[in-house]
Amino acid sequence: MNAATDELDRRLIVATQAGLPLVAQPYQALAEQLGVTPDTVMARMQAMLERGKIRRIGAVPNHYAIGYTANGMSVWDVPDEQIDELGTRIGALDFVTHAYHRPRALPAWPYNLFAMVHGSSREEVLTKVDEIRALLGAACRHHDVLFSTRILKKTGLRIAG
Amino acid sequence: MGNTPEIDAVDRRIIDALQGDFPICDRPYAAAADRLGIGEDELLSRLQSMLERKVLTRFGPMFQIERMGGAFVLAAMAVPEADWERVNDTVNAFPEVAHNYRRESDLNTPLNMWFVLATETKDGIPATVAKIEAATGLPVYPFPKLKEYFVEMKLSVRDAA
Repeated sequence: MNAATDELDRRLIVATQAGLPLVAQPYQALAEQLGVTPDTVMARMQAMLERGKIRRIGAVPNHYAIGYTANGMSVWDVPDEQIDELGTRIGALDFVTHAYHRPRALPAWPYNLFAMVHGSSREEVLTKVDEIRALLGAACRHHDVLFSTRILKKTGLRIAG
Repeated sequence: MGNTPEIDAVDRRIIDALQGDFPICDRPYAAAADRLGIGEDELLSRLQSMLERKVLTRFGPMFQIERMGGAFVLAAMAVPEADWERVNDTVNAFPEVAHNYRRESDLNTPLNMWFVLATETKDGIPATVAKIEAATGLPVYPFPKLKEYFVEMKLSVRDAA
């Protein structure tokens, strides 16, 4: 981790990366663990949120458990010069949770636009993928949809303590 | 994708309401519980239960390691079926592997294992890719994001759940 992240930030990450303590006063519990005051912990976490070092604090659902049993990674080969315009439109769709421009890996992988589509069934996801296909029109040269069939690991970030 | 754990209406409200904006204050669970119209103890015990039942994969801060000098990178491998278990165990043993999914596509793409690498420094990504390639004997294709068009968790609990 670089100089922009100081030692206390780092220790807070290590202490909370597996989760916030499930006790009535979690910031106080962290403060005791780290040997600082609760106000320091709270101020530091607030600052990390404001600077985007923490994206959000809350629950990370297992999307299979909450009914999103089909999760499709749609991938698209579109012209590089149009990708920002198209990516912005795809990313704004309410059924797309993430959209990214990524490099191709030719010849194995011709796709440069990735859009995650979640739904309750494979059919629902494929219907939504068709909507993306229609929206892209002639700009879509190739596409595919990859369905996750098994979670192999889901621990999230783990930095060494 | 396995059995779906039981979640009731209160669990659903907790999941829908607490995917972000968890308060930073002395008694944050009490404050969050108050907004949900339940007690602090009930919120704590329900979160505990949902973590144990794997309805939630985590509860706590989600760090944006890129803002701290680190990197998150999606990568994929083409894993032969006969070698699946060995490669899966080898890849998952790396602490830098934050998530890993098996994916299968409509067009039968050979890239069937997709994982996210999270490292404390940007240099950690190529170093980890090289270590995984050496350990598995298979090429790793990194797909770093060149641009992000949207990223917001906006999944609500489905009625089907």
